[in-house]
Amino acid sequence: MSRKGVNIKIKELNSDIAQLRDISLTIGAINNDTWDEPMGPTPFPSLTTLRNWDLTLLNRYKPFYLPFCDLCCLCTYGKCDLSGTKRGACGISMPAQQSRTVLITACIGASTHCGHARHLLDHLIEKYGGDFLINVGDTGVEVEAPVIRLVCGIKPVTLSDLEPVLDYCENQITQLLAVTHTGQEGYQLDFESKVLHAGMIDQLGMEVADIAQISALGFPKADPESSLADLGLGTVDTGKPVILVIGHNVPPSTEIIDYLQKKSLTSDVEVTGICCTALDITRYSSKAKIIGPISWQLRYIRSGIPDVVVIDEQCVRADTLQESAHIRAPLIATSEKNCLGLPDRTDDPVDEIVHDFITGKQTGALILDPVKVGEVAVRTSIGIAPLRKKHKTLPKDTDAIIALAKKCTQCVLCRRACPNDLPLPAAIKAAAQGNLSGLDEIYDDCLGCGRCEPPCAQKIPIHSLIVAAAGKKTRDETYCIRTGRGAIQDVEIRKVGGPIVLGEIPGIVAFVGCANYPKGSREVAEMCMEFAKRRYIVCTSGCSAMSAGMYRNEDGKTAYEQYSGHFEAGGIVNVGSCVSNAHIAGAAIKIASIFAKRPLRGNYEEIADYVYNRVGAVGVAWGAMSQKAAAIAAGFWRLGIPVVVGPHGTKYRRMLLGRSDKEEDWYVYDARTGKKVYGGPVPEHLFFAAETKEEAMVMIAKLTMRPNDTSKGRANKLANYIDLHKRLVGGIPPDVHLFVRTLSDVPLTMKDEIVTHLHDHSWKENPIPDPTLLKRMIHKEKEG
Amino acid sequence: MPMTDSWQTAEIPGPKKASLIIKPDIADAMIRRARRPIMVVGHGILEYEVEGRKLIDCLIELSRRGKIPVVATASTNQEFLNRGFSPSALMPAVDLANRLTDARWNGLDGKDSYDLAIFVGLPYYMEWTILSGLKHFAPHVKTMTLDCVYQPNASWSFPNSSIKDWAANLTCIVANLGD
Repeated sequence: MSRKGVNIKIKELNSDIAQLRDISLTIGAINNDTWDEPMGPTPFPSLTTLRNWDLTLLNRYKPFYLPFCDLCCLCTYGKCDLSGTKRGACGISMPAQQSRTVLITACIGASTHCGHARHLLDHLIEKYGGDFLINVGDTGVEVEAPVIRLVCGIKPVTLSDLEPVLDYCENQITQLLAVTHTGQEGYQLDFESKVLHAGMIDQLGMEVADIAQISALGFPKADPESSLADLGLGTVDTGKPVILVIGHNVPPSTEIIDYLQKKSLTSDVEVTGICCTALDITRYSSKAKIIGPISWQLRYIRSGIPDVVVIDEQCVRADTLQESAHIRAPLIATSEKNCLGLPDRTDDPVDEIVHDFITGKQTGALILDPVKVGEVAVRTSIGIAPLRKKHKTLPKDTDAIIALAKKCTQCVLCRRACPNDLPLPAAIKAAAQGNLSGLDEIYDDCLGCGRCEPPCAQKIPIHSLIVAAAGKKTRDETYCIRTGRGAIQDVEIRKVGGPIVLGEIPGIVAFVGCANYPKGSREVAEMCMEFAKRRYIVCTSGCSAMSAGMYRNEDGKTAYEQYSGHFEAGGIVNVGSCVSNAHIAGAAIKIASIFAKRPLRGNYEEIADYVYNRVGAVGVAWGAMSQKAAAIAAGFWRLGIPVVVGPHGTKYRRMLLGRSDKEEDWYVYDARTGKKVYGGPVPEHLFFAAETKEEAMVMIAKLTMRPNDTSKGRANKLANYIDLHKRLVGGIPPDVHLFVRTLSDVPLTMKDEIVTHLHDHSWKENPIPDPTLLKRMIHKEKEG
Repeated sequence: MPMTDSWQTAEIPGPKKASLIIKPDIADAMIRRARRPIMVVGHGILEYEVEGRKLIDCLIELSRRGKIPVVATASTNQEFLNRGFSPSALMPAVDLANRLTDARWNGLDGKDSYDLAIFVGLPYYMEWTILSGLKHFAPHVKTMTLDCVYQPNASWSFPNSSIKDWAANLTCIVANLGD
């Protein structure tokens, strides 16, 4: 498929059949299709093409709405009180209003990834040409774009081939956003169906972005042994000029690396990053360092270590300009989406911009040319470092912390503003008396949002107190992370496809998303290591990938040093940044298409039905905060992959929960006979918020179960579920009888106690079906 | 601070807000009046101790005297078991709350629906959203929180109060229920 527009003009043509003059013919796309698989039923699906599939899922996992507010404030009819059974002036009900908000959230997320992808793709096509070949794996990757192939039914070969995919995404997002206008959709499940559509579009946008940057920028290509990169605030050589990059769109940062290389300055300047730009810059250069997730922005800037701050887009704090100014570090904004009120100096000479930064004439500038950003950032960092001398805004020593703490009146407003309700007043009171241990402990659980500071009438910089009190901890943050490998190889899929579908590998657990954790990063690392130890395949991406590396076990090893990067049982597989999440969905899709040989092309329902019934994958967004995280989750839901979030995830306003006690909800078609048979409550939920890490771990193990599990596989999954439940909750899971279909499912080592439990619960045997939710799959020859 | 301010300042509620439990007798009366109460106990309760007594012991006593089945969420169960008390169910809070919205749900024992759900010990913001879900979608269930912070989305809530006052209130509720 090629999108290149072709214009043919014929001034005069004389032939046997006609005489033509002044003919102009424009062809928008040339179809040079090299994919011989027949087109499936749903290429480029519209808003309603997959509605039946969505409603099948949503009738099993009915939304449980958790309104953030009793009101609707979206139009001038309002505010409308929607509490109880009231309806708004437009007629909307509370459930519909909640799902409408969820759709708006998912649209924001999908548009952000697609906007990022468009920005990136345009840049890469301009720099490398539209004919630049896509290559996400030098060996072992033939299905280079599983999401695009599945949804759009096309096989991209060059960068230009990705453009029609984004055209489609942009069209669909426009239509989806229009749905949220007053007086459009009125029924919650139709809103929810469109949420799932937005999630699928989001996966396309992510896949476009990552395969484009992997191909053009030379990122690791499905390399399970991609190099380890430095991670943590303590890894920075503060004796050098330091550049900080924040955001998600990597071209300005790669230009910084290129400029350093061109001028042989690579060893003289530190390039450090926060959030996904950091992940992607380490995929580009082994010299770059990751400071940490999104929540490290305030603490790192206030440390005074960065000499120049370069921001691009997404998840950048809106007050970065002010924070940077406080430490006298110039800020360069590089994205049209995030201009921060700065003057546009894109067309100004580099010398002038650098001069203005170093002399303090200007604290920030918008520069929309990535190449120019590279030169300005490097030259400014070298010029300004000796002048600003790592000027910081953190309290300079213990005495300074104590002096500030003594101003506290114990009004408690800091705690009441803290998202995690951390015991700040008590810690500050102790600090005033010289005991900093409380503040030091809070550092571990702190989100780094700084919300504690504005309410303080005494203007105590509370977040800075926390960071300063934990000075030793920050200096000791010297970890490592396996750089994002990108796609999963086809050959890896062939090896694990059988064991996953049969249940011998108990599941795939993907830790993704932001850092809005209830109790700090460490919980993510602990969960990753626990599931890897249990021989699940663990995937990581985004801020969670960083958090997974920010903890050392008793042997002093991080998760990435202890476990392999192969997509195999017991592997911890960092796919990369937010947009790399598409590879996790892609792996599930490839299990269906490569291992099970299900038709892939434009065949969404069948593949999703396969994944839902057979691939024991679970997404975990323990600190999900953003609209992008919501869209990513929605993409997994439509594929039939459940997602677990932390307690803050209830603020997404609704869960998608199954009812294991309602037997009638869990019938599937047996594809062999066409009969509707009980398949069991698996997976029990599609979107679930756990209260604690312990509850999450037990639920993750439970949600890997699928109706198709063989008895050996189910026994393996049950053994993990029961063992985790015993250890973390206490006792045998009270619902274990719901997941035993035949006595062969019972783990051998637990047989006596489980059989007793079955007896106590009037358990009866159920056959293991060849499960499908799609009537049209009945009588099809079973594959895989 | 005003008694009906949310503990987390940005969680602005309303227009429908919880009635205040200004004295323990009110909670006691609600429990007595309930036909089928249930109590959901989150892990947060494990943090609290007053004058050497863990507050979870108060809840065990409340359950026994009021004949209120307890649902232990997260890993709260371990602490109950350590004290020789077996909760009626182990279930995540969102799962239990979802079932409560179903007026036809006949409860953990399959006998009848609940008319009073008591919450305590969940993370403040999580309890806030769950109680909002019940406020809007479980009109057949009154909700009450026994936490020491004001939860505006409950039907009944204590105001923001000190741990010491909270413990005294819980003790008083239990005592009022008799043996």
